[in-house]
Amino acid sequence: MRRNTGSHRSRAVVLAAVAALGAGVLSGCADDGDDGSAGSSGGGDSKGKTVVTVGTYGVMGFKQAGLYDEYTKLHPDIKIEENVIDPASNYYPQLLTHLGSGSGLADIQAVEVGNINEVTTTQADKFVDLSKADGVKKENFLDWKWAQATAKDGKTIGLGTDVGPMAICYRKDLFQQAGLPADRDAVSALWAGDWQKYLDAGKKYAKKAPGGAAFLDSAGGLFNAAVSGGSEVYYDKSGKPIYKDGPAVKKAWKLATDASASKLSAKLQEFTKPWQQALANGKFATVSCPAWMLGQIKEYAGDKYKGKWDVAAAPQPANWGGSFLSVPQAAKNKDEAVKLATWLTAPEQQAKLFEKQASFPSAQAAYSLPQVADAKLPYFNNAPIGKIFSQAAKDSPTQVLGPKDAIIKQNFTDVGLLQVEQQGKSAAEGWKAAIKTNDNALDQ
Amino acid sequence: MTAPSGFTPDTAAPPAGQGGAAPRAATAPAPDPAEQRRRDRRSRRYRWDVRWSPYAFVAPFFVFFAAFGLFPLLYTGWASLHQVELTSPTHMEWAGWHNYSRLWEDEFFWKALRNTFTIGVISTVPQLMMALGIAHLLNYRLRASMFFRVAILTPYATSVAAATLVFALLFGHDYGMVNWSLGLVGLDGIDWQNGTWTSQIAVSTIVIWRWTGYNALIYLAAMQAVPNDLYESAALDGASRWKQFLHVTVPSLRPTILFTVVVSTIGATQLFGEPLLFNTAGTATGGADHQYQTLGLYMYEQGWVNLHLGRASAIAWTMFLILLLIAAANALFARRLRKSQ
Repeated sequence: MRRNTGSHRSRAVVLAAVAALGAGVLSGCADDGDDGSAGSSGGGDSKGKTVVTVGTYGVMGFKQAGLYDEYTKLHPDIKIEENVIDPASNYYPQLLTHLGSGSGLADIQAVEVGNINEVTTTQADKFVDLSKADGVKKENFLDWKWAQATAKDGKTIGLGTDVGPMAICYRKDLFQQAGLPADRDAVSALWAGDWQKYLDAGKKYAKKAPGGAAFLDSAGGLFNAAVSGGSEVYYDKSGKPIYKDGPAVKKAWKLATDASASKLSAKLQEFTKPWQQALANGKFATVSCPAWMLGQIKEYAGDKYKGKWDVAAAPQPANWGGSFLSVPQAAKNKDEAVKLATWLTAPEQQAKLFEKQASFPSAQAAYSLPQVADAKLPYFNNAPIGKIFSQAAKDSPTQVLGPKDAIIKQNFTDVGLLQVEQQGKSAAEGWKAAIKTNDNALDQ
Repeated sequence: MTAPSGFTPDTAAPPAGQGGAAPRAATAPAPDPAEQRRRDRRSRRYRWDVRWSPYAFVAPFFVFFAAFGLFPLLYTGWASLHQVELTSPTHMEWAGWHNYSRLWEDEFFWKALRNTFTIGVISTVPQLMMALGIAHLLNYRLRASMFFRVAILTPYATSVAAATLVFALLFGHDYGMVNWSLGLVGLDGIDWQNGTWTSQIAVSTIVIWRWTGYNALIYLAAMQAVPNDLYESAALDGASRWKQFLHVTVPSLRPTILFTVVVSTIGATQLFGEPLLFNTAGTATGGADHQYQTLGLYMYEQGWVNLHLGRASAIAWTMFLILLLIAAANALFARRLRKSQ
């Protein structure tokens, strides 16, 4: 008897597995069909509602900040579904393949700033012109943010979400122990105007480095922070790649390798596990801090360091990172998608996103809203982050972007600077390796 | 493949008395024509069934193979002769052999080839030797032998992603368990990520961990087919366990060993997931100095990071040709082995 049920059960398991596989294959095929609810997790309650899908990478924060819930409350006939692809490096090639085949696209697709130029120059005809959508006001956005997603013919294919205005996050307690000023205005003044002064402060710090904590986390982070302050970085205005001799790149490279040679850096690679562990163990005193970095610090440094971190202005204004929302022509619910994208990137919503997720608005109209203007973060010793980052965002130069920005930047930090920092190669060797890898990446 | 030409369905009953007709047919009453036609039809259907059904049964595999194996292979070959970018995959520009000749001068390609070879050797050789040893042990009469046989297969059943992420943590520089244990015995921590050999050994460890049990089970199956009297007579001759292993087990396993060598070599040539995930930054460079970038990883970097589909296709085809070479070498070797026996 028992045996019997056992074999029944196992047969049922096999059947269920086969059915699940079959259903998976079928739904995989059906995804491209016109049934918007295919693969929906909600099931029953999607009946009669229009499902708007949003394709994102990493944590964009819309869901976490409750914006989807708010929107569906305002529009009861809409259901929002977010498809996250992690890591971000897997997201972009997939987006390109889907654009190429015109299928498998979400109604709204997020695009990272490192890829926005390539998308704008090579794929503009596959996207809806959002500048003409109802309720979109160009003047709401930072000029340079708006320009980044606008093609030569004036078509704007992406609405800015967040930006990454630069600050420096520092450990107030370590600064005090090392005999440096600890007050955020004094710290800002310490290196105002020049990244070199930041290194000088580091040298002072290193003489008394409390508890063996390094001055900064990584040469790569410093490189990105410094290079992001240039107006022409990897490409010049005519679109020619200048990563070999551009002044911004060379200057940032020198700073980063100097920091490494002076042993100011903890020799980490940002966003890797060892970097997170070093944050949790308080192994460095400062980190180049675009607004989105605050969330990372808070998450990985943990409660132990609450109130010990603080935020000072960066030596020079810069912008590192940010994203856009776009609507592909092949989207199933184009009109609803445009409405949702417009709403999500409106100043009010960007302010809410900042309040909950510390993603800094690209809508300058949001800066005067109380959620931004009066924002203080207890974790960072109640630093007035709204004020600090608005100032940095307003002062950031309009950057010339190029199609291969993301990969060029990655090769400088993950090949060149990593060879210098972690493999003990000379600055010249690291430079050569980075250039060679970049030449190889750009050569068609 | 065509229907038998001599078979004409409308012929009436076979002419009586034709040489050697079976006696039963001769005694049977003359069938009425309609019944005869039905029988003919039935037997025709039956013959067709016997003849064609097997093809129908094997067809799904070949249809799927043609759609998902052969076509991509040929299309990749076609794409490798063009300049294609992932930003517009349908726009192809004829480039002739450029992608291949470029690979010839591409130091990253040669480095990846070299890495693939060294990682292949330092993962395959210890892996197969260990598998052989483990199989030999499992071949003894053991208590709960079933448990051990299943347990040894579990690494194979875990996903590459999960296993690699755990190993990447174990091999961490500051907080990894491997360096921690080295510290316990007074040794300095090793930078597993950044050294050429250290990183390749670390990647190989993951491969070895995952595949040793799988190969051990194959060896075990082959070992159980070795006639027991060989061992008995060897024991009578005074051969120790070790001598028995060397002179009875290993020679009997030769074809199996050859098979696992070929399969492991193919696996090593296509190595991809482990080196990709071993890099904690998740990039496809295979380390700062590309020190553990394999061919598979380089192909991925060219196609999906640098977006050059044409060049990635050329790498894919080069890998395919390398595998064909390996298969040919193996066939030669196997033939000589058979002759020598």
